[in-house]
Formats: sequence, structure tokens, C-alpha cells
Amino acid sequence: MTLYFERRELVVPGDLLAEGDYEPGENVYKEGDKLYATRVGLLELKDGRVSVIALHSFYVPKPGDVVIGDVVDVGVSSWAVDMRAPRLAVLRAADIIGRPFRPDKIELTKVLGVGDTIIAKVKAYDRTRNPVLTMGEPGLGKVRQGRIVRITPSKVPRLIGKKGSMISMLKRETGCKIVIGMNGVVLVRCRSPEDEELLVEAIEKIERESHVEGLTDRVAEMIRRRKGLGGGEAQADR
Amino acid sequence: MAVEKPRLIDEAGKRVDGRGPADLRPIHIEVDVLANADGSAYVEQGNTKVLAAVYGPKEVHPRHLSLPDRAILRCRYHMAPFSVEQRKSPAPSRREIELSKVIREALEPALFLERYPRTAIDVFVEVLQADGGTRCASITAASLALADAGIPMRDLVAAVAAGKVDGILVLDLSDVEDKHGEADVPFAMMPGLNRVTLFQMDGVLSPDELKECVKLAMDGCRRIYALQKEALRERFVRIRREIEAGEVEER
Repeated sequence: MTLYFERRELVVPGDLLAEGDYEPGENVYKEGDKLYATRVGLLELKDGRVSVIALHSFYVPKPGDVVIGDVVDVGVSSWAVDMRAPRLAVLRAADIIGRPFRPDKIELTKVLGVGDTIIAKVKAYDRTRNPVLTMGEPGLGKVRQGRIVRITPSKVPRLIGKKGSMISMLKRETGCKIVIGMNGVVLVRCRSPEDEELLVEAIEKIERESHVEGLTDRVAEMIRRRKGLGGGEAQADR
Repeated sequence: MAVEKPRLIDEAGKRVDGRGPADLRPIHIEVDVLANADGSAYVEQGNTKVLAAVYGPKEVHPRHLSLPDRAILRCRYHMAPFSVEQRKSPAPSRREIELSKVIREALEPALFLERYPRTAIDVFVEVLQADGGTRCASITAASLALADAGIPMRDLVAAVAAGKVDGILVLDLSDVEDKHGEADVPFAMMPGLNRVTLFQMDGVLSPDELKECVKLAMDGCRRIYALQKEALRERFVRIRREIEAGEVEER
């Protein structure tokens, strides 16, 4: 059993990570006795499982995930939703209204049209079919106000933080409302345009620097400094 | 009227550009150069310059091209009209169509296509300046663009051409060496897995010479592979360095 890299070391596709009795985790594949990385990222080893925390990836739907997407097509009894995943998602009319759909009673475009942004939940997904979404729960629905920020989906856990530490800090320091889609789409709603700009910058900073330690403090520091300067000259030379 | 063949190897054994037989041309690699693509890479090998862009995996339009059990890899190799001395017509030539197929087949073994049924991964390679070895540089760049796009890969694919020029077996042929030499052997492999994904031969070689060319090419691929990995890491290493430098300054 040998590990060829250190924890949190940067690895690239094709790197031989380890050899022996390890389990292949996320972004790792095993051939014979050898484990290789499939994406660029940081090595992780936990409970005998070797995985790579990808620095950039695309979203693969998982049932239960909250996602934010755009309606791209309207059908007879369903909508097609682009949630920036390899496959287009399907939202059936019955999954909004909460009861079986009657085509003669409801016209779909009156509920959701092409171009609308929605917060939905992945109801079902398997590789061979299009993912199915639902909007029949509280907290889900059409987005009417706010701004969208897009980050790579592999950074979403970093944006949430351990036990929500990062997102709570962001909400607290900026006073904004934040909804994070597991597909890397983030909706922010702030009280002022300045707060909104600052929060967007903070999110972009998190995406860019997620692989360097001490991120939560650096981001909090950046927000406080910018809010402090906005408050008056006296604090400028701190 | 044939062009007069220039002297390709001089008395000291040096090639037209001063290289030794097993020397690669100077290589410059950059990753994430296009904002609109999911992944991209730019490779310069001597005077050959190629730009690769990757999109996907995404839904396939037209639908009938999709496969029920795996993703399809679509590849377009194209030479810009200004990439050669005599303007090349922008319309796809038979050579470009063939090289598109060759490049696709060189990249496919590295991808886990079965993981994404009914989708397509699109690779575009544009040759900005052609001075020999464009299909190899294209494979090298496309492989990096795929990794940059976050598409899972078994390994990176590195490519280089070996050949025979003025009776000497050489590595990384330039355009003049390819045009006037005796043989050209484009070669691509996944060095980490020791698997060959492209092996072509154009010219005349004895079996032993061919074996020697393969050895030369494999060694060249391994050297390029190291540069590819460095280029992928560079972006993140640079960010880390900037942050650490910033923190030291503040203190």
C-alpha cells in the first residue's frame, strides 16, 4: 500500500496516486492495483478511500439536490430546463401543481415561459435518461428578483463551507439572501447594489482561491475592509 | 518543376534550425486561454501554433447522431487561411477531414465516454501557424483542453512525430523536414499508462528504422507529457503564490 502524493497536493489527470488496497473515490479510477486521478485537483485520503477534490468540473445531477436553471422549451405537459449539466432536465407540470395534470384546464406558458429562471429540486436521475425536476416544495419556484452568479460545481461545497460556515459568514457580513444551487448557479438578493457587487466579488474570490488554505478568513477580511472603507475616511488608514 | 531539395543535415550533424536529431523544438503551452469554451489550450511547438477548444458534455443536436450507451466525441481540425504561406481556402479539405478523424481516434481512449450517454463532447482545433507537426500539436493541445474542461480522463495524450531526414532518424519534424525527408511517423500515446493512441507512417523505412523512430517518438512524448502536466498545475500554483506573496506583504 503506497501513496505517491501528499494530502491536499495538486494532482492532474493520469497521475499515479497510489498502489494497493485503497478504494477509488471521486475523480479517481482504479486499474488493477493502481489508482489514477481523472481530473485536476487536490488529493484526499479518508478511511482508505483515495479521492480528488476537483478544481473544475461539470454538474452531474443527484436526486435531492437543489438546482437553479433556465427554462429553454415549453411542451404540452412539461418544460425543458437547462441547468448546465450534460443533459437537459425535464420539469413536468404535475410536479409544480402538486396534483395530476389536466391539459385542457391549464396552459403551460402561463405558469412558466422560455427564459424564466427557476429554483427546483432534482427528483430522479439515471445516466440513460434526462434528469427529472420538481418544484412542488416550499422554497422552490420561479425566480423573480436577484442576480445570478455562476461558479464551477466542484466549488459549491467550498462555498457552503464546513457545516455551512462560509455561507453563514457571507450572509452575516453582507446582509444578503443567498440561494446556492448544487449545479454551481448561485442566486443573490441584496439590499443595495454595492452589497451585491461585494458579494459577487467574494463568491468569485472563493471560486478562484478555494485550493489555498485560510480562505474563510481572507474573504471575511476582504468584505470587512471594503465595508469599512465605504463608511468614511477615518477608517481608511487602518 | 520540382523544388530543389535543401540540405537538411549539415556536416556537424545539425538540422536546419540548429537542433540535434533527438531535440524537440521549443515548446510553449498555456491552458484556459478562451473564456467562452468549457476548456481550452494553446500550444506552440517551434513555429507551429495551434489553439484547441472543448465544449461539453452536452446534448447532441441533431438527435440521431447520439449514442444510447455512450457520449460521442466530435473533432474538427481546421487550418486558418493565414496559417500557411499560400492562403489556404477556409473550406474543409480532404486532409483536414482525415486529420479530424485521426485526432478524434487519438483522444477517445483517454475518455470515459460510457459515463455520459446521449451527449457529445466537441473538440475544435484551429491551426494558426503551420510549420510541421500540426496533427501532433493538435492532439497535445486538445488533450489539455479536455482536462481544462473538467472532463474526466484516464491520462493526458501527448503526441510528436519522428522520421527520417537526409538518412538520419530525427524527432519533431518541421515542415521543410517533412516535405523533403524520407519518412514521417506521427505518434501519440498516454505516457502514464504506456498506451499508444496514434501510430502513422508516411514514407520509406526499414523495420529497424521504424522501431527506432517509435523509441524516439515515445521519448519525445514523455517529455511533452511533463510539460503538459506543468501547464495544468501552473494556473493554480500561480494563484497560491500570489496569495502567499500578498499575505507576506501585509505583515
